Amino acid sequence: MRLKTRRNTPVWLIAALPILSILVAFIFGAFFIIWAGESPITAYIALINGALGSSFAITESLTRAIPLIFTGLAAAVAFRAKFWNIGAEGQLYCGAMAATLVGTGMIDLPSIIMIPVLFIAGALAGCLILLLPVFLKTHMKVDEVVTTLLLNFIILLFVNMLLEGPWKDPMAMGWPQAARIIDNGVLPTIVAKSRLHFGIIIALVMSIIMWAILRFTVWGYEIRAVGYNQQASTFYGISINKSVLMVALFSGGLAGMAGVSEVTGLKGYLTLTLSPGFGYTGIAVAMLAQLHPIGVIVSAIFLASIYVGADAMSRTVDIPNYIADILVAISLLSVLVGSMLARFRIVWGK
Amino acid sequence: MKKLQFSKICKNFGAVVANDNISLSLGEGEILSLLGENGAGKTTLMNILFGHYISDKGFIEVEGKRLTPGSTKASLDAGIGMVHQHFTLAENLTVLENIILGTEPLSRLWSKKKLAYKKLEALSKRFGLLINPDAKVADLTVGEKQRVEIIKALYRDASILILDEPTAVLTPQETIQLFKVLKEMVNAGLSIMFISHKLNEILEISDRIVVLRHGKLVGEVATKKANKELLAEMMVGHKVTRPAYEKLEIGKAVVELNNVCLNASDGSLGLSNINLKIHEKEIIGLAGVSGNGQFGLASILQGLTHPSSGEFKLFGQSLIKYDPRYLTKSGVARIPEDRSKEGVIGEMALWENFLGEELRSKAKSGFIIDKKKAVNNAEKLIKEYDIRCEGAFASTRLLSGGNIQKLILARSLSNNPRFIIANKPARGLDEGAISFVQHQIINAKTKGAGVLLISEDLDEIFELSDRIAVIFDGKLQGPFDASSLTINQVGLMMSGEMKEGSFNEA
Repeated sequence: MRLKTRRNTPVWLIAALPILSILVAFIFGAFFIIWAGESPITAYIALINGALGSSFAITESLTRAIPLIFTGLAAAVAFRAKFWNIGAEGQLYCGAMAATLVGTGMIDLPSIIMIPVLFIAGALAGCLILLLPVFLKTHMKVDEVVTTLLLNFIILLFVNMLLEGPWKDPMAMGWPQAARIIDNGVLPTIVAKSRLHFGIIIALVMSIIMWAILRFTVWGYEIRAVGYNQQASTFYGISINKSVLMVALFSGGLAGMAGVSEVTGLKGYLTLTLSPGFGYTGIAVAMLAQLHPIGVIVSAIFLASIYVGADAMSRTVDIPNYIADILVAISLLSVLVGSMLARFRIVWGK
Repeated sequence: MKKLQFSKICKNFGAVVANDNISLSLGEGEILSLLGENGAGKTTLMNILFGHYISDKGFIEVEGKRLTPGSTKASLDAGIGMVHQHFTLAENLTVLENIILGTEPLSRLWSKKKLAYKKLEALSKRFGLLINPDAKVADLTVGEKQRVEIIKALYRDASILILDEPTAVLTPQETIQLFKVLKEMVNAGLSIMFISHKLNEILEISDRIVVLRHGKLVGEVATKKANKELLAEMMVGHKVTRPAYEKLEIGKAVVELNNVCLNASDGSLGLSNINLKIHEKEIIGLAGVSGNGQFGLASILQGLTHPSSGEFKLFGQSLIKYDPRYLTKSGVARIPEDRSKEGVIGEMALWENFLGEELRSKAKSGFIIDKKKAVNNAEKLIKEYDIRCEGAFASTRLLSGGNIQKLILARSLSNNPRFIIANKPARGLDEGAISFVQHQIINAKTKGAGVLLISEDLDEIFELSDRIAVIFDGKLQGPFDASSLTINQVGLMMSGEMKEGSFNEA
């Protein structure tokens, strides 16, 4: 058995890949459900019902997808240039902190201005915190995987400090949470009697903008070129350091917007439970989407549905909702194996 | 008795006929050259010999015994050793470790190194293959790495040695050294198959030559009866014309280097006080053993590196901004040394690589890529330069080396450049492609360009250049009038000897 490089990868294969991966994930997941002593069919029906079975379920899944679209885009754009930003989680909290700083009374403007101001502030905060790893990478060749990852913990501890200290809301009855965002800064919900908020529109617009940048512009060319081949990029006159900086700004900014969206659209205030690892799940979203900005929308909605559905499933069937993590992990692994099969063909025998 | 016999080997890949009824034999103590252009079927034939492929028809015999098809182990056991063009060594292991790698059963907990030492020593002595067994492979020169590859084959008691383009990476001196070793081995009774498309070397080393073309065996000659023209014609299928040299009236200076120095930071060799003037309508050949400062000089001339001191005048003006895009825009054609890693981005489409150097200058308002125009331009150039590919949208990594070079030439020469920096433009290409590259460079010169041709191939330098400069240890000698030099003199300068009377240079 050996691998042969494909001359052309058929389009249907690229399209079918994520779907097949998901199927594989469900098949493997079934074993764990059987192991837990339940019927996979009832469990999956409960899961699908919980994720998509009612208009409420659908809005919940979409609401959960919003931060994942942002963090998925953040990972996708960075990974395109092979800039391994693992710090979207921290950047998300930086965005949330910026929104809290600006949005809890520092200024009060009409919504139409206030909301963009909050998003810009959050994006800037996400960018700023990424400058440190970028500087270390471009000037001292420090690996960004380590620095961005470790920064997450520093930022989380910093948020913790703020919430236990100066930012602690005295009205919150002792809970470690910051003051509420003022009314003009809160994102409106777009479906009545649901939690689905305007953040989804912003997320979709950002996906399209990122797609257009990558596909049609000089920046997109440079980002892809640097990701593929730095030596040839340099020969073409593309500055590697400038490209890395640009990618980092996009990535950090998008991750920061995820934080703003969660604070202003869903929670209304900053807490330590703002993100159950959206920054890390964003990596899975991006990989599942094969780093395609439009694909990120689909894969974010898919992963969000799994998480929301698994929560519902664990309430009706006696299976822990960790099954969601298993399903996501397996589908991610399948995509990685599958994308290899898209580049190579397995030849049996000689 | 024939040592190795191929009988009626046929192999198809879909509609492509890679080997068409090939029969050939290798005698004991013989050096047989297998000559053919890229894609003629040499590699397929060797892959069949090594069990990587199974032939559709035909069989192979070693010393009269049928070789099990499709089994690499059977081939190794039959005493066939192969030295690949691209080395298959583990860089982080020592020479000895590399050599015994794979010869011992996995179940053994520790290696029998003492025995290996002894065997290695005996082999080294016998064939004059001197090597330090404890040296790390990463620290070896290219020539030494090749020696390790050969010893590796001999260590497994190979009696038939296949060398795939062994000289492609060697300096002239190393090549001479290698040939000596090969002669030793043949005298000791080994049989050697030498795969190459360098005619001079084939004529020098082999006893017999077989020529493959388009998967067919088209000719077989005793080396004594062969000559370069005959072989070239057999290989390509028609007469090959190398471009004729023509001296032209030179024009204004296009490039002027004044006391250029470079302190390399990355451990590569720097440059000291380079003075060089290149005019319109002349080709200056830069000879030198690889690693003597060519890299730094080319980097400066390609706008990739800022010299530490000195002046680089381009078209009469001092260059301040070292930006490849600026150079391209002002009329510099850049042909990089490593065409597939530096010259193109394999994962991108052809049209995107055609755009590479002019990405920003050709974009709408400097930002939006004008895809339609770029694709049209790519399609035009693909036709004009006869680039064999599946169209402008195909992935560039699918192209052969020769076609990648055509892409690079099309990209840089179609803009009527005034200065061309060509770094080893013909290296590793086959006859047809070399002739194409050289014609393009000569044409550009006739149209008025000044050319700096960096090459390790002295034949090429002498065939094309008006003046020849030699680089050694970061210092430049010359340029001298090409007609006043002999290959010998250049060879001496390449190893650091000064040319007599070089102070009154041309």
